[in-house]
Amino acid sequence: MDTFIVGLIAATLRVATPLIYGTLGELYSERSGVLNLGIEGTMFFGAFVGFAAADATGSLWLGVLAALLGGMLAGLLMAFFSVRLGVNQHVSGLGITLLLTAVSLFFFRLIYGEPRIPPSIRSFDQLQPFGNLPIIGPITTQYALTYISFLIIPLAWWVLYRTNVGLNIRAVGENPEAADAAGVNVYRVRSYALMIGGGLMAVGGAFLSLAQLGAFTYGIIAGRGWVCIALIIFANWQPAKVLWGALLFGGVFALQLRLQSTGLNLPYETFLALPYVVTIIALAIAGRNATGPAAVLKAYKRE
Amino acid sequence: MNAIEMKSITKRFGPLVANDHIDFDLQKGEIHALLGENGAGKTTLMRILYGLYHADSGQILVDGSPVHITSPKDAIGWGIGMVSQHFTLVSPLTVAENVVLGYNKGYIYRPQEVIQNVTKAANQFGIDVEPSAIIRHLSVGERQRVEILKALYHNAKVLIMDEPTAVLVPQEVDILFQTLERLRKDGLSVIFISHKLYEVMTICDRITVLRDGKKIGTVLKNDTSERELARMMVGRETFGVYRQGEQKAGNPLLRIENITAVDKKGLTALKNVSLNVYEGEVLGIAGVSGNGQSELTQVLSGTLKPASGKIFIGDKEITNASPSEITRAGVGRIPEDRHAGVVGELTVAENLALESIEKFTRRSTLDKRLILKNAEQLISEYQIKARPTDPIRTLSGGNMQKVILARALSPEPRVVIASQPTRGLDVGATEYVRTKLLEQRNRGAAVLLLSEDLEEVMSLSDRIAVIYEGQIVGIVPGTEATEEQLGLMMTGARQEVKQHG
Repeated sequence: MDTFIVGLIAATLRVATPLIYGTLGELYSERSGVLNLGIEGTMFFGAFVGFAAADATGSLWLGVLAALLGGMLAGLLMAFFSVRLGVNQHVSGLGITLLLTAVSLFFFRLIYGEPRIPPSIRSFDQLQPFGNLPIIGPITTQYALTYISFLIIPLAWWVLYRTNVGLNIRAVGENPEAADAAGVNVYRVRSYALMIGGGLMAVGGAFLSLAQLGAFTYGIIAGRGWVCIALIIFANWQPAKVLWGALLFGGVFALQLRLQSTGLNLPYETFLALPYVVTIIALAIAGRNATGPAAVLKAYKRE
Repeated sequence: MNAIEMKSITKRFGPLVANDHIDFDLQKGEIHALLGENGAGKTTLMRILYGLYHADSGQILVDGSPVHITSPKDAIGWGIGMVSQHFTLVSPLTVAENVVLGYNKGYIYRPQEVIQNVTKAANQFGIDVEPSAIIRHLSVGERQRVEILKALYHNAKVLIMDEPTAVLVPQEVDILFQTLERLRKDGLSVIFISHKLYEVMTICDRITVLRDGKKIGTVLKNDTSERELARMMVGRETFGVYRQGEQKAGNPLLRIENITAVDKKGLTALKNVSLNVYEGEVLGIAGVSGNGQSELTQVLSGTLKPASGKIFIGDKEITNASPSEITRAGVGRIPEDRHAGVVGELTVAENLALESIEKFTRRSTLDKRLILKNAEQLISEYQIKARPTDPIRTLSGGNMQKVILARALSPEPRVVIASQPTRGLDVGATEYVRTKLLEQRNRGAAVLLLSEDLEEVMSLSDRIAVIYEGQIVGIVPGTEATEEQLGLMMTGARQEVKQHG
């Protein structure tokens, strides 16, 4: 039973990792006043770019860097449409998801053709800071990117609440007219926020291809981007609460994997649906009084 | 030397010339009024000065040297600050954060240090605000002081105030005027945008009048009179609407009995409100916004169910009745937010038919011809400057309000409920709306007027009820009420024991 719980906790942290990156990325976008529905595509793009770059250069960390830069470019593209041109945020976000998914698949075929089994690389090794100590050892046996994701949560809070860029992001997300009148460049701040957000999302995708799977498959993101959109509401747009949302979803996800192997006589789809059902219930409870940044979905244009 | 000089400023919006070769100058240490009706071009001119708009042609000089102002940041850099009519504050942030927004140096933001700096500045300029307070929790007057502090903190030498008193109660206006007077002594120059004559005559040194985008002239306060300013402003001598004589009170047409209601947040918005409005009278409700006026109109319109109490139109009880039942019972409504009272994408004709759609229905389909005919008739009767087929969102505020008036008043309702009927309208449209309301009174309707404009309440009402924190704190006859007395009651400072009716 102990190994069951220890394994569950370790798996929870692993499953939560891409969600932390993705949700923090979305948090930066939304706190600046832009709903970025490009998240699913940006994560997919990050997974592909990271994989391809690591495969080509032989360096996994160069792969992560490439994903980060690719994601920032994706954020910049979102900024061009939704901020600079003022295109409806639903349309531009979904457009970017479609575009980046297709672009990734296009280059995947150019490079790898149509392989019968997905191409793989030697993925990141897990860190073992506590070696083989009981309980604590296996729980802390995690990828470096998982450790980094947990460090990024306080960093994201600090940037948002203790830097002037963060103050500007919060201001343009709530009242861009006021920020503009105070001399804050709304377009620039939103573009920065979207680039930070895009970079984080893409690293979340790259975690899947470079660490967890060590391979790139068509279904690698599997709706995790949309889960992040829900988690942001659960987290009430607060960086610290992102952790709880990601751990909840990660925990239920890890649990259902284990329940599937217990031989309970239920269709396996029931287990697969479990994390999403729990997310919906948690959202319904936690999100009742959630109010997002006031300017989300509103393109800013000077009169 | 002039602190600001604007030479031959022209600004067009499509075919409309908002500013037509306007010259304007501001001396150091003066309070200079920019006076004109809504749409005269005052705000446009100042938005150009503040870098929010770009002039099509013309020149701006600061301290005698020509400058290019392309953004508010430029304007702030030249020592120009602006306090807009709609405050530009970020409501979940603190006062201090709003003050330093866009002006904080370096990368790191240190909340404690910023609060200290802002506290120091607030003391230095004598502005009474709490720097660590969240904007959302502040009153309108406090928010305005934050705006002024923000401008001064950014080293403003010139302060543009866009209709600063529109949102204030009389006592807050006094505080504002004292603040401006003191800052002026310290060398600040102020541009005071207004369409209220007595204010301009109280606080300003010089007055520039704009009309239809053109400058009519600049006069010294000491060389002019309210009458002359009025003439310059509207192009004719007299304006204003006054009640003619007292009317004998008839039967109560609208009876509100012990209404208690809860607002969206679950707070008690109306406590035991009882009012009678008699035929042939205007009952004005004065109060600072947010004291239950909105909820009272909602209850009377059937969009908010009261927790207890009863409402009657004549002998018919309409408590908990639906909005359409209330309309059929003989109530005409002029809603608080005129944009919420019309459907923007629908045409003028369709909006005019909206409230009594069954009258325009033949065999379950709309009779387009009848709707158009009705619209043409009302458009000419109410002097609406629009075609029946124009989408209503394209209309000016005044014309939109006339559409609402026409819709509400043409069935000759027994009871008229008018909320903020002239808010944001210019002098001409305001006069029209007020005349129409008095016409209703004179034909015997009971008119309930809710307004934050004291002058309006006082000039139209036979009786004035004051609402404060959801309670009617007193009713005074229109002829006896003074602005000071009402102001005190509106802010909860005094309870009026005298009850009439």
